Amino acid sequence: MKHICKKLVVLWLGMMAYAANAEVQIYITEGRDDARPVAVVPFTFESESEVTVQPPHDFAQIIANDLERSGKFKPVELSELPQRPSQITDVDIDAWKELGVDGVVYGIVKETAPGKYMVSYDLIDPYNDKAVMESSIPSGSYPLVDQSFHLMVLKTKLVNNDNFRWAAHIAADEIYEALTGERGAFATQIAYVQVDRLAAKPYQLNVADSDGFNQTQVFTSKKPIMSPSWSPDAEKLAYVSFENGRSEIYVQTITTGQRELIASYKGFNSAPAWSPDGTKMAMVLSKDGNPELYVMDLATKKLTRLTRHYSIDTEPSWHPDGKSLIFTSDRGGKPQIYRVSLAGGDAERVTFEGRYNAGAEFAPDGKSIVMVHQSNGNFHVAAQDIDTGNLTVLTKTSLDESLSVAPNSSMIIFSTVDGQQKVLSAVSMDGRFKARLPANVGEVKAPAWSPFIL
Amino acid sequence: MKRSVQLLLALLAAFALAACSTTEPADDTTDTTVQQDDGSDAEAEALARQRAAEEAERQRIAALLENTTIYFDFDSDAIRSGDMELLEVHAKHIQATGKKVILEGHADERGTPEYNLALGERRAKSVAQLMRTYGVSGSQIEVISFGEESPANPGHTEQAWQENRRVEIKYQ
Repeated sequence: MKHICKKLVVLWLGMMAYAANAEVQIYITEGRDDARPVAVVPFTFESESEVTVQPPHDFAQIIANDLERSGKFKPVELSELPQRPSQITDVDIDAWKELGVDGVVYGIVKETAPGKYMVSYDLIDPYNDKAVMESSIPSGSYPLVDQSFHLMVLKTKLVNNDNFRWAAHIAADEIYEALTGERGAFATQIAYVQVDRLAAKPYQLNVADSDGFNQTQVFTSKKPIMSPSWSPDAEKLAYVSFENGRSEIYVQTITTGQRELIASYKGFNSAPAWSPDGTKMAMVLSKDGNPELYVMDLATKKLTRLTRHYSIDTEPSWHPDGKSLIFTSDRGGKPQIYRVSLAGGDAERVTFEGRYNAGAEFAPDGKSIVMVHQSNGNFHVAAQDIDTGNLTVLTKTSLDESLSVAPNSSMIIFSTVDGQQKVLSAVSMDGRFKARLPANVGEVKAPAWSPFIL
Repeated sequence: MKRSVQLLLALLAAFALAACSTTEPADDTTDTTVQQDDGSDAEAEALARQRAAEEAERQRIAALLENTTIYFDFDSDAIRSGDMELLEVHAKHIQATGKKVILEGHADERGTPEYNLALGERRAKSVAQLMRTYGVSGSQIEVISFGEESPANPGHTEQAWQENRRVEIKYQ
């Protein structure tokens, strides 16, 4: 018996329960009809150990969930899989063509030492027998069999218990990019504020992976926390804290917890937004009488004032080139979006449709802005094309706010009210895919999608 | 019952003053009017009525001072005409006592949190400005906005939103 166990091979069924639950669950509420069918075959698990019978997480399931959550793919049911290969030589190309999937992912997780794993995974295109030539897979790294010409991704990674899930997100990014030509944003994080009114410190600033797992607490307080904003290197968060009785801006290094109070001027201090190069921070201060946009040089803490108007000017968002910002102003009577150059000059109005447009964010590709748009008394997420000026309402929920765009510009995460609960939601840039992300405890709001994490 | 006791006390005080015919300042809660010593019943009655009216006014003001929250329309910092009297009473009280107040501005959850932080400040400043026109010194007023972060009612209904669009006067 012992000898048989020495080389234990467990076929992964994908139905096992894992200990780690997501603190924020993700439910797809509106899928797309044109989501592309893909197959993610449960990975084979091999272990030398007599005790380990399963890896810490289901690698294939994480990939499948990520792909599904993008709205662009629909993983086929496991019961429909015609075969369960674990390496290229096992693959029956015709069987997958018959199933009609755009891609097949399979792989092996090998435990090389307790808590250490070698994960190998491939993506094949059943229809393209020249795929390997168009990929970046080096020749000689795959067996010379006919099936190998269908390879799009071929990877082997060494991982451990701590970065197992993260490695699966990176794999999903590689697969997503191979299938769409667009960089994936699964190996990213979301910062958000969670409010549990029954807790001793009801306000928590948390960071979780893009699928809601691995939540970590960044800061907790008895007083409100607002407006988290990621540094471009994803190492720090700027946010507004009321811990001293009024709104002030702090910068906190996520890994060390080290905090710095950077704006505590008279009046309020709000809406921090890191410049794309990380050297400056746009913020809104009311120290000179009413809310104005300022840019702080983070090295010298010197402020440059960008707006001069008796109205409310707030919610700055940088153009990805770092040369201009959009912001909300009610200088025309109602809040609308304006744009101002860092070099100075007058602000120009950007939005004209609707009576209330606010909280705009540039998509990282610079092609569109997203905003909170009021129509028929409700507050929806809307996107406006920069070139054409066309505005599209993307959601049907009614109390949307705090928009943040994924670093690959594919998806917007935002806060809304679902029933009586404040929850996070996500919508694709074209509005055709929607997901809801309620928390296990309390309410969640003020989401901020991290930049790409290298 | 309470009222008639107060009236009796006021009358007694009036007679006492009339008897002494002095001009000593009286307690805050009683009148300081000096009465000529020609104390006829009619005049005493008139005086009593005046005292009663003054007492009623004092109570009205005390009741108004108990109310420290005023409410606003959506995306508006305009003070409703019905709140002018309340704010005048607070302003005069602040001025008379030299107390300091924090004006806490709040917004409902509709719209965006950062805009609402600015809106909350604008509401509080609108109250501060009115109080200054009533003579309150700027140094007695501090304005703090909580935007939509600290709702009085955490619900998501019209009623909750109205309760949340507010300025709270907090005596220090």
